[in-house]
Amino acid sequence: MTFHTFIFYAFAAILVFAALRVITTRNPVQAALWLVLSFFTAAAIWLLLQAEFLAIALVLVYVGAVMVLFLFVVMMLDVNFEALRQQFRSYVPIGALVGALVLLEMTLVIVGSAIGPGTAEPPAPAGGNTAALGRLIYVDYVYPFEIAAVVLLVAIVAAIALTHRERKTSKYQAPGKQVKVKRSERVRLVSLPSETAAAPEAEKAP
Amino acid sequence: MSALAAAPTLAHYLVLGAILFAISMAGIFLNRRNVIIVLMAIELMLLAVNLNFIAFSRYLGDMSGQVFVFFILTVAAAESAIGLAILVLLFRNVGSIDVEDLGSLKG
Repeated sequence: MTFHTFIFYAFAAILVFAALRVITTRNPVQAALWLVLSFFTAAAIWLLLQAEFLAIALVLVYVGAVMVLFLFVVMMLDVNFEALRQQFRSYVPIGALVGALVLLEMTLVIVGSAIGPGTAEPPAPAGGNTAALGRLIYVDYVYPFEIAAVVLLVAIVAAIALTHRERKTSKYQAPGKQVKVKRSERVRLVSLPSETAAAPEAEKAP
Repeated sequence: MSALAAAPTLAHYLVLGAILFAISMAGIFLNRRNVIIVLMAIELMLLAVNLNFIAFSRYLGDMSGQVFVFFILTVAAAESAIGLAILVLLFRNVGSIDVEDLGSLKG
């Protein structure tokens, strides 16, 4: 057994164990932390596959941003998590059955097809993984890349629009109401008696 | 034992991805009342799919697979951000994140 193989099996075992703990642990905070461990381990396995850029991106984006968001939400919500686990045991048979079926089917497909253990590993791209990926993203896939940026923008706007609470104490302009205002709401015409006839006499009096 | 001792091949990574996918599939069934854990299981599923993409990209010598992993990472980040925002909104309005309590659309 080479060192490469040993590392693969070690990280695969850690990954599977961490994933199992994510779905079975009682406390969602612990589940989030086990998920962090599984992301780290997956990044190590991606490094074995010489996908350095994506491994670092996984650690930065998932461990750095998404999992912190998860932890933030779990700790912010005051949920009785024990009540949510009351029927946990009754779901174990169906969950295990579906999981085993999925695993069996996928393994049958993988082992029974041409992508068996004979596929040789081609050499890594010259100039490194990051350079090759960057060339591909900014040349061949530049429009999908722009669309991905728009998707992130939409996500930011949606997340803010969903969770933003209007503060009652702050003063602000409401352009919609300003546009919809009618003349009758702002101007009041008062009919007064005309005084043009009386005015000249008043000037003469003193 | 020879298959275990040899250098990892494409099938090794694919089976690992399948195990991860099956675990998260079972996790959705086990924690079906807790929306937060279901979201975490979906993240694990996307991780398994990404592992498959990267393994194929490596062993077939085509870098395009890694570009798709990049896009999946982007969309998954957007998905979890919006999902957690909806969850916060849900908790604020309903006072619970139990899936069983979310039957108001049934009428």
